[in-house]
Amino acid sequence: MNLFFTIVIDGLIEASWLFVVALGLTLVFGVLKILNIAHGGFYALGAYLAATVVTLFAAKGLPPALGFVAMLLAAAFVALAVGVMLERGLLKMFYGRDEVVLLLVTYAVFLLLEDITKLIWGVNPILATQPYELFGNVSLGKLFYVGYDLVLIPVAMASGLGVWFALNRTVTGKIVSAVIHNPEISASMGVKINRIYALAFGFGLMLAAFAGALTAPKISVQPGLSSDVIILSFAIVVIGGLGSVEGAAVGAILVGLARAASVHIFPQGELFVIYLIMAIVLMIRPEGLFQRETARRI
Amino acid sequence: MHSLSAHRGRIALAVAATALTISTAPVSAQETFKLGIVTFLSGPAAESFGVPARNGATFTIDELNKGAVPAPHNKVGFGGMKIEPVIIDENGGATKQVQELRNLYQRDNVDAVLGYIGSGDCLAVSPIAEELKKLLVLMDCGTPRIFEEAKYNYVFRTASHATMDNVALIRYMKAKNIKMETFSAINQDYAWGQDSKADFVAAAGQIFPNAKLATDLLPKFGAGQYGTEISALVGAESDVVYSSLWGGDLQAFILQSAPRGLPKRSQLVFSAADHVLPALGDKMPDGTIIGARGAYGLMSRKSVLNDWFFPGFEKTIGTYPVQAAYRINQSILGLKNAIEKAMEKNGGKKPTTDEIIAAMTGSQWESPGGLIKMTLGDGHQATQPIGISRTKYNPEKKRVDLVDIQYFNAECVNPPPGIKSLDWIKGGMQGAKCE
Repeated sequence: MNLFFTIVIDGLIEASWLFVVALGLTLVFGVLKILNIAHGGFYALGAYLAATVVTLFAAKGLPPALGFVAMLLAAAFVALAVGVMLERGLLKMFYGRDEVVLLLVTYAVFLLLEDITKLIWGVNPILATQPYELFGNVSLGKLFYVGYDLVLIPVAMASGLGVWFALNRTVTGKIVSAVIHNPEISASMGVKINRIYALAFGFGLMLAAFAGALTAPKISVQPGLSSDVIILSFAIVVIGGLGSVEGAAVGAILVGLARAASVHIFPQGELFVIYLIMAIVLMIRPEGLFQRETARRI
Repeated sequence: MHSLSAHRGRIALAVAATALTISTAPVSAQETFKLGIVTFLSGPAAESFGVPARNGATFTIDELNKGAVPAPHNKVGFGGMKIEPVIIDENGGATKQVQELRNLYQRDNVDAVLGYIGSGDCLAVSPIAEELKKLLVLMDCGTPRIFEEAKYNYVFRTASHATMDNVALIRYMKAKNIKMETFSAINQDYAWGQDSKADFVAAAGQIFPNAKLATDLLPKFGAGQYGTEISALVGAESDVVYSSLWGGDLQAFILQSAPRGLPKRSQLVFSAADHVLPALGDKMPDGTIIGARGAYGLMSRKSVLNDWFFPGFEKTIGTYPVQAAYRINQSILGLKNAIEKAMEKNGGKKPTTDEIIAAMTGSQWESPGGLIKMTLGDGHQATQPIGISRTKYNPEKKRVDLVDIQYFNAECVNPPPGIKSLDWIKGGMQGAKCE
């Protein structure tokens, strides 16, 4: 397998992971117009919950496949429930205030989550690797790939298509789209805006936790997971256009491929290349690749 | 009047005599030595280094205060003074640590501060101790720059710097006839990773002059995911893959690279990996060459002190001691040695900072990891022996054993006084005395 295909496969694996994380972030921004810093905290929460579930299942001698499904479900549902409660119990009190206030509120939640995860799980790393061996290894040319990593690609595609389908082909999705485009008119048409906000926020955080759970079996789950991922996710949604699902997909693919190419060809530029792409996109299309220009309301 | 004057004279004499008695009296049982201890209690370095170091400190101090440590460290506490630790978290960055150090000296009134794991923290706090004229004992931090780029009177480091890791690894590989025509490197993109790689590449250039560096990767600290890097390393097909990754990053790298066949294609060589062995267990590939900047943990040699430390720590803490626990132990014993030497000279009083400094400069003492000698940095920087070994999973004990251990004496793998480490390596490691 030549270098080109290696870069494409590595890039797609990385892009898949990034896309699942960024998808929830862009969805929350699209609906609530909130840059949700707490997204990284829920990613870490998902990873910790997954590690706990996998460890429990392994201790009881249950099959890893069952642990894999259970970890994804546990992370997703806990995040969904906590996300809805957070939106109803905290964020709604700040609607109508300056966007910076909401940004600071989510930052506060992010910090709280950092400490809460430490209080619950401590500072020691947790290894929950059983699901990582679930899909075996795949030989592609000279290289072996872990099946689990390759499975991330269809999982990300399914997540993206699922969100796209839900937004564009279901009644609830069309209501959410209406709220994205104009919450005031949607409200005047009888849409229960608060319910849509809670649903979108909970679902966005569910995706963050889902991504964390997917990542947990291949890493050492420990404090500090949340900050790096949130920075990369912001880069992706800025490239793709804040609030755009298609944009997040293209942004993730661009970043994944560019990083993979850099590691293989010019390793010193690995980080630089991500932010170079972001800078170029912002220079050419400040609103991002897939964000439509909108008239400013005065 | 005369009587009053005589009375006053007697009082003055009595006061003077009492003062003299106090100033020359040995320390009382109630006297304590307040020791500030700084180590990572949270953050990415906590589990691998910080918490083992904290555990090593509390175990050692408890044992010293009970007088339960074997000779020559069998006096209670420091020369009879009970040790009163004040433990603070190193997490938060160098700026925070500078303030915390000032707080320890000026608010908590500690007699000395001992600790620090991060190289950036050590570089930041050393000038502060010097400015305040307070004793600072650095127990870890790998960078050689502390005493190679500055001169300190009030600062000591009681462990070898990281140059030893890489010189010893290269010497081990030569001794074991490891083939290294090509090698690749993956190190974190900050001072530790870059300095380690520079030392390894320079040492390889001396001992394996035909070896070529194929792939040189510098992922950011805390990257956690190495899929692309592993593809690049496997694709490079190097004889050797070298890394100074540590903690969660090293664990993740091993977890992700082993199923992809990297350990089968290349000899893995890790400069500081002993601390991940308990967590990884059978996930650690057999045959990996590892170091721990010392003859520590499963590489430690039998001695009276090690027979006290290893099992005692394991029983108390519940896991065997790795490098950070050993390193803080030898640091506390080094300080104890200096304090007791100073007390021998001053008649048993609690020594002043200057008296401790004089006693610690150029000193040497026995520790569970071997003999520690303050030979570099004008007697302020320690050198010590090191062990390098290979991993082998032991299914009966359910732990990774270390086999094929080779020890190198301090003079073989550390530069002599008066020369910078990298210059010494590039100059052919002149003056090295290998047994």
